[in-house]
Amino acid sequence: MNKRIELKNHQQEIFNFRLRLFISIGFALLLLGTLLARFVYLQAVRHDYYQTLAEKNRISVVPIVPNRGLILDRNGVVLAHNYSGYTLEITPSKVSDLQGTINELATLVDIAPRDRKRFKKLMAESHDFETLMIRSRLSDEEVARFAAQQYRFPGVEIKARLFREYPYSEKTAHLLGYIGRINQSDVDRLEENDATANYRGTDYIGKTGLEQYYENELHGTTGIEQVEVDSAGRAVRIISRSPPISGNTLVLSIDAKLQEIAEEAFGNYRGALVAIDPANGEVLAFVSRPGYDPSLFVDGIDAESWKELNESPDHPLNNRVLRGQYPSGSTIKPFMALAGLFYNIRSPSHTISDPGYYTLSGSSHHYRDWKQGGHGTVDMFKSIVISCDTYYYGLAIDMGIDNIFEFLSRFGFGKKTGIDLEGETSGLLPSQEWKMKRFKQRWYAGDTVSVGIGQGYSLVTPLQLASATATLANGGVGYKPHLVREVKNSRTNESRKLDNQPGIDMKLDPSHLDLVRRAMMAVTQPGGTAAQASAGASYTIAGKTGTAQVIGMKQGEKYDASKIDERHRDHAWFISFAPVEQPRIAVVVLAENGGHGGGTAAPIARKVMDYYLLGKVPQPVVPVIAPASSIPAASGIPEIEAD
Amino acid sequence: MTRRQLWQRITEHLDLPLLAGMGLLMLVSLLTLYSASDHSLERVFSQGRNILVAFCCLWVVANLPLHYLMRAAVPIYVFGMTLLIGVALFGEISHGARRWLNIGVTTIQPSELMKIGVPMMMAWYFEKHEAALTFKNYAIAAGLLLLPVGLIARQPDLGTALLISASGFYVLFLAGLSWRIIGGLTVTAILSAPVLWSLMHDYQRHRVEMLFDPSQDALGKGYHTIQGMIAVGSGGIFGKGYLKGTQTHLDFLPERTTDFIFAVYSEEFGLIGNLILLAMYFFVIGRGFIITANASTYFTRLMAGSITLTFTTYAFVNMGMVSGILPIVGVPLPMFSYGGTSMLTLLLGFGILMSIQTHKKLVKS
Repeated sequence: MNKRIELKNHQQEIFNFRLRLFISIGFALLLLGTLLARFVYLQAVRHDYYQTLAEKNRISVVPIVPNRGLILDRNGVVLAHNYSGYTLEITPSKVSDLQGTINELATLVDIAPRDRKRFKKLMAESHDFETLMIRSRLSDEEVARFAAQQYRFPGVEIKARLFREYPYSEKTAHLLGYIGRINQSDVDRLEENDATANYRGTDYIGKTGLEQYYENELHGTTGIEQVEVDSAGRAVRIISRSPPISGNTLVLSIDAKLQEIAEEAFGNYRGALVAIDPANGEVLAFVSRPGYDPSLFVDGIDAESWKELNESPDHPLNNRVLRGQYPSGSTIKPFMALAGLFYNIRSPSHTISDPGYYTLSGSSHHYRDWKQGGHGTVDMFKSIVISCDTYYYGLAIDMGIDNIFEFLSRFGFGKKTGIDLEGETSGLLPSQEWKMKRFKQRWYAGDTVSVGIGQGYSLVTPLQLASATATLANGGVGYKPHLVREVKNSRTNESRKLDNQPGIDMKLDPSHLDLVRRAMMAVTQPGGTAAQASAGASYTIAGKTGTAQVIGMKQGEKYDASKIDERHRDHAWFISFAPVEQPRIAVVVLAENGGHGGGTAAPIARKVMDYYLLGKVPQPVVPVIAPASSIPAASGIPEIEAD
Repeated sequence: MTRRQLWQRITEHLDLPLLAGMGLLMLVSLLTLYSASDHSLERVFSQGRNILVAFCCLWVVANLPLHYLMRAAVPIYVFGMTLLIGVALFGEISHGARRWLNIGVTTIQPSELMKIGVPMMMAWYFEKHEAALTFKNYAIAAGLLLLPVGLIARQPDLGTALLISASGFYVLFLAGLSWRIIGGLTVTAILSAPVLWSLMHDYQRHRVEMLFDPSQDALGKGYHTIQGMIAVGSGGIFGKGYLKGTQTHLDFLPERTTDFIFAVYSEEFGLIGNLILLAMYFFVIGRGFIITANASTYFTRLMAGSITLTFTTYAFVNMGMVSGILPIVGVPLPMFSYGGTSMLTLLLGFGILMSIQTHKKLVKS
C-alpha cells in the first residue's frame, strides 16, 4: 500500500515535471519569437529608415574636450594652467611591428628609455585600439621631421593636445595635487555619478589635491561637433558645432610668494607649515616638505620614478600637513592652560614649586621635567613662558581626562578640520572610551600625565594645530580652514564666493584669553623659549615651542641629540600668531628631526610673518645644512635650549 | 590503447549533438570577431584560447559522475558565499562597484561562480527533501537564492543579480512552485512598480526613460542603443556582407567585440543571418531540454532545466538589448561575445549538462 502511494506520487511528480518542462519550452520559444519579431520589424519593415540613418551616420558625433579651469593664487598668480603642445601617438592595433616602428621613430624624434617604459605601461593598461602617447611635447622641428616621413608610419600620428602645467612644480605639489589618465576606478566613479557622457574624449582627471577635490568645477562641459566622414572615416566637413565650456577658474586664498618663501625657509628640513588668516580661516600657505614633481604623474609615471618616490625615506608623496600625525608636544600647553582656567581648576596666581619631576601619589615613578632640577616657583604665566612640564602634569591630573577630552575637542583636536582636500586624517585625542575600544584596557592616571604635555597617545596633524592656533588668535572664534576663495565662471567671468561658514564662538572668558596670549608673547621675548623668533621684529609675536619625541627615553636616561641617529631626533614644533594685538596671520611650523622648536621651527615662521606683515623678502642666505647636530643659538639673545 | 579506444575514452562523456551546436555557434562567433575587431587575428586567437581553456574544463566536468556533482553543490555554494562576503567587506575600501576579489595570484569575480553555484545548491536542497515538499521547503530554497543575490545587488551589480535570480527562479518553477505563489509574485511585482519608481535614484529612472527614448542621451548610454538599432536595421534582409558593415568599420558601434558583437553580425548577415543564428540557438536550447527530459534524478532534472533556461535568457537579454527592446545591461551574448570569464562559466554549465546526459545509463542499470 505504502509502496503504491509512493509509486503514484512518483508518477504524479514526473507528470508535473513534464508539464513544467513543456511550459519552459513554450517560454523559450516565446523569447526567441519575440526576438524574431523584433528583427523582422527592424530589418524588413523599418529597413529603409535605418538604412538612411546609417547613410547619415557618415555624420560622426565628435566630442570636443573643454579646457580645464585655471588655478590662481589670491593675487592672480597662475598656479596651474594649460598649454598646447604636440604629441606623437601610436594606435597599437594598426601597427604590425610595434618595436620596429618605435625604433624607426627614434631616428626621427628623440625617444628616451623613459618614454618607452611609459608607453609599455600604457599598453598594459589600455585596449589595443586606443591611441597611446609615445612622446609628449614635441619641438616644432621634430613635428616637421615626422610630418615629412609620416607616410612610412601607418597608425602613427601627431596630435595637438593641451597639457597641464604647474609653474611652481614641487612647491605646490601637495596643495594642487595633479591630474592623471583616467583609470578604471575613475570610470566606475564617473558611472556612479552618471557623468560618463561629459567625459567622452577626456583623458585626464584630477587625482589628488585641489585638482581632485574641485574636479567638477575644473573640468567644464564637453562640446559636440558633428562631422561628415568619408568611407574611410576621415573628417571631410564640419556640419554643426556646440562649443565646449571651459572649466571654472579657482582663486585660492594661498599667497604664492608666501608659499615660496615658506618653502625656501625650510632649507633642507623635512616638515610642514600652515599659515592661516585667523579672521576667516583662509589658508595663506600650505607647505609639506619634501614635495615632488607633479608633471611626472601628468604624463603617466614610469615604474622607476614611482619606485624612487615611493620608497624614499623622506616620503615625498606623504602630505604631511593633511596626513602627518605627530605628538603635539608642548604646543598643547596654552590650550591646556585655557582648559584649566575654563574649568576653574587653576587660578592665574596659583603657583607650584617645581623640583624637576612629578610623581603620582602612591607611586615612585618620576615624570621628568625637561629641565633637571626644575624651574622653582611657577605660576600659569611662567609655565607657558618657560614651558614647565611639571606644572602641566599636575594640571592634567587635577582636571582629569574627560575634561581634557571635552575641551580640546572643541578646539578641533581629534577631528578632521574639513578643509577642501581629500584624505585628511583626524589625529588622535585619547579618551577613556577610546582606550577601552582600542586596547581593551581602562584608563590609567599615568596616561593622563603624558597627555598633559602633548605626549602619550595624543597625535595631531599640522593642519589641526594650525586651525586651533588660529582659533586661539581670533579670540576663540574658529573658522573651518579652506583653500579656495572663489570660483570664477570661465564664460561670464562672474565670481562665486564659496559659502564661508560662519565662525563658531567657543565663548571663552576674555581675561583667560588675555593671560594666555600675553604669556605666549613672552615666549618670544628674552627669557622665553623662542626669544630668537622676535628679535628685531617691528611687530609683536605670540608663540609656543614644542618637541615631539620620535623615540622614548628610559627612566634616568638623558636626551643627547648628537648621539642619536638623525631620523630619530625629536621633531621641532612652533605655533604662533602676529601681531598679538590684532592677529592677521597664524603660522604653525613642524620641522622633522629639527630638535628644538625655538631654534629651527620659529625662524621659519618668522620669515613667513615678515613677508606677510611687512612685505620683507628674506635675503638669500647660506642654506642651513640640516639637520645639523647642534644649531648655534642666535647671537646676543639668551636662548633657552629646550622646550 | 589503440587510437580508436583513446578517441572513445575522450568522447565517452561528451554529448555530440550539443557539441555540434556549440561548435557551430563558436565558429560563427570567431568569424564575426575577426570583422568586429578590424581584422585582428590576435583577438581571434585570444578568443580561441579562451574557448580551448573553457572546453578543457567542460571535459573534466562532463566526466565527473553525478554523485560528485551532488556532493560539490554545498562546498561550491559555501565557498561562493564566503567570497561574496569577502567582497562586501573589502569592497567598502574602494569607490564605486567592487566585484572582484584579489586572491594573490589572480583576481576572481565570485558572482560569476554563483551563476552555477546557486541553482546547484537549490537543486541539491530539493533533491534532499524530494519525498515531501512543503511550502517551508520552497521558502528555504528562496532564501538560499536571495542571500547571494542580495549581496551581489549591493556591490552593486544589478544585472548579474537579476540573472542569478532568474536561474534560481527556474529551479523553483521546475521544482513545482505552486501557481498561486507565482501568480501572487507577478501581481505584487506589477503593483510595486510605481512604488519602486518613486524609490529609484534619478539616474536609475533616467536609464529606464532612455529605453523609451534613447535620443535623450545621444552621447552617453543612449548612444549605444541608437547605434545598435541602426546597425541591426540597416542590415536589411540579406545584410551588407561579411566585413562590409559600415556601422562597424566606421567606429560607430561601441564595445563591438563584447556586448555588442551581435550588432556586427546582424549588420553584415541581415535577417537571414539572424534567422540562422536563432535556429542555432534553438538547436542548442532544444538539445538542453531533451537532456532535461531524459534526466534520471530530481537533482539532475532541476539542474539541466535551469541551465538550459538560463542560457536562453542570456541570449534573449543580449540580443534584446542590442536591438533596443531591453535596457543596456552588461550581459554578453553566450558563446559569441569576446571574453574568457563568461565563456568559462557557460561551458562549465554545459559540462554539467553533458555529465547528466552521459552518466544516466549507468545510474539506471
